[in-house]
Amino acid sequence: MTGTVISIDRVVKSFGTFTALHEVSFDIADNEFFTLLGPSGCGKTTLLRCIAGFEPVSGGQIRLNGKDIAPLPPYKRPVNTVFQHYALFPHMTVLENVMFGLQRLGWSAMDAQGRARQALELVHLSEFLKRRPAQLSGGQQQRVALARALAPEPRVLLLDEPLSALDLKLRQAVRMELKQIQRETGIAFVFVTHDQEEALTMSDRIAVMSNGHVQQIGTPREIYETPANRFVADFIGETNLIEVPVLGISGGLAEVSLPGGRRVHCPTRLVDGKQGVLSVRPERIDLCPAAEADMIVTAGEQVYLGTDIQLKAHLAGGQEVTVRLQNAAATVLPERGTELGLKLETGAARLLAA
Amino acid sequence: MAAMAPGGASNSEIYKGNAGKLLLPTWLVIGFFLLIPVALMAIYSFLTKEFRGGVIWEFSLTAYDQFFLNRGLFGDEPPSIEWTYIGIFWRSIWQAGLATVLCLLIGFPTAWFIATRAPRDRTIWLLIVTVPYWVNLLIRTVSMKFLIRDEGPLNALLLSTGIIDAPLGLINTNLAVQLGLFYSYLPFMVLPVYAAVERYDFALSEAAADLYASRWTILRLVILPVVKPGIIAGCILVFVPSLGAFLAPDLLGGAKSFMIGSLIEEQFKGAAGNWPFGAAAAMILMTIVMIVLLVYARSQTREAKA
Repeated sequence: MTGTVISIDRVVKSFGTFTALHEVSFDIADNEFFTLLGPSGCGKTTLLRCIAGFEPVSGGQIRLNGKDIAPLPPYKRPVNTVFQHYALFPHMTVLENVMFGLQRLGWSAMDAQGRARQALELVHLSEFLKRRPAQLSGGQQQRVALARALAPEPRVLLLDEPLSALDLKLRQAVRMELKQIQRETGIAFVFVTHDQEEALTMSDRIAVMSNGHVQQIGTPREIYETPANRFVADFIGETNLIEVPVLGISGGLAEVSLPGGRRVHCPTRLVDGKQGVLSVRPERIDLCPAAEADMIVTAGEQVYLGTDIQLKAHLAGGQEVTVRLQNAAATVLPERGTELGLKLETGAARLLAA
Repeated sequence: MAAMAPGGASNSEIYKGNAGKLLLPTWLVIGFFLLIPVALMAIYSFLTKEFRGGVIWEFSLTAYDQFFLNRGLFGDEPPSIEWTYIGIFWRSIWQAGLATVLCLLIGFPTAWFIATRAPRDRTIWLLIVTVPYWVNLLIRTVSMKFLIRDEGPLNALLLSTGIIDAPLGLINTNLAVQLGLFYSYLPFMVLPVYAAVERYDFALSEAAADLYASRWTILRLVILPVVKPGIIAGCILVFVPSLGAFLAPDLLGGAKSFMIGSLIEEQFKGAAGNWPFGAAAAMILMTIVMIVLLVYARSQTREAKA
């Protein structure tokens, strides 16, 4: 990682009595693909709009290369945005749309056209330059929006759920392409999404947000495998959250008592506590004979997912545990109502604050 | 994948099925009450006038001759161009054009204001704009007369506050007619512009601001072009009736603020009337309006092709 391009420093945003952002702080590095991830209403889009300048901040600084841009109007900030519904100018052609920002910056029509063509080539849209946005498909419009925002070579590119309006196949293809364009241009991307799969596959780092707070910042792997709290564990991917008594914690390792009484060690960030919640990913639980089992459950409903089979099971206390089994030829599925032994993979369980 | 054009009509056969039959009542109404009267008007303009009003069925170009050419009081002098009626037309076009510009200048911000309120408040604001128009146009024009005459409240207010020390003498002037026109047709500008602004996607303004456009540039390059259809509709709805208006010039104007509407009205009213001449003036007015609309339509299709 190189230098910091943008610093969000204790940014507060209130709408009347409602606080959308509570002293949010983090730095984004040059050349980084940074994702703001969270459920709707978590403040991620508000934060993006504060960086773009569409919403004035209620407090704090947004520093771009060390200079506070929070007081500047949007047209004086060297950042560009790809809007959720693209917001292409309907009365202009594709080429005119992409040239718009350049011409406002004082480029001659000739130079602007040359740069706009380059930007459109970058997003693989060199045809249809004379068409209007309404004559393009959703995916093509999305490319125009991207080219338009990239053409002025902003220091930071803001993307507000740009893939949400595309269908699944296209979305998956565009993900890889976006990532590639980000690497080619070296521009820092700040990407807003509520889709955790999108965040995990594309990002260098992810900030998980909820209720106007940043819950955790880390690489996709850190976020997924070492969630900081219950919210992150639950929001990113699927997980089983099991309340357990804590017997002792030392050196980042906790000893807990599983339902049924078996004691296991698991990693944690906690330093003390009597009660905790264990997070176990469904794909890191295996079926095993009862004698070797960490937990005994009763098999329930099965959901066929194609590559995987999801098995719902119940602990003696009634709590549901979800297990994901690979759909291999050898996989034998237990009948509903049979007793099963479950084995947690080593290090699979993580103790979080209750 | 096929993208639905925003606001695009469905091409499905299901919705087109009986469109032809559905148009039948419209054709009947337009045929009976529009095309036939217009055709009659066109024919009348080429007939000879009957002195007690009405026409004699005898072909004549007198009406058009009278409109454009001056042959002296007894009709025996060599013809020269008759400026009286052309002058009245010119004044009408000028007044109607000015009313259109004023309506746009006042109506656009008004429409913008209403369209940017909370949806519930918009209804109330629209009601406020339209409520005065439930009162008959004649009554409204007369009250305007009472308002602006020398003894009226406007002058009284200005005199008492010391802004002026003699009445403005507004009544019977072109300015009074202008006020009347502007006031009569303002909602015809506000409503279509409002409809266009209400559909306007404010993300476009954000996108333009994001791409380094200042507020005025956004207005000029994005907002105005996008809401242009509403503005054009408003301009046509104000300009065309203003051009043919006769209440405002009759009640608020004097001899020097005579407009086409009054001229035509006079020809069909009372014994002094001259139906062929009135019909000819109406045909000339209609031709001017048609030319304006055609030029506009042509420029639009050219723009769409470009």
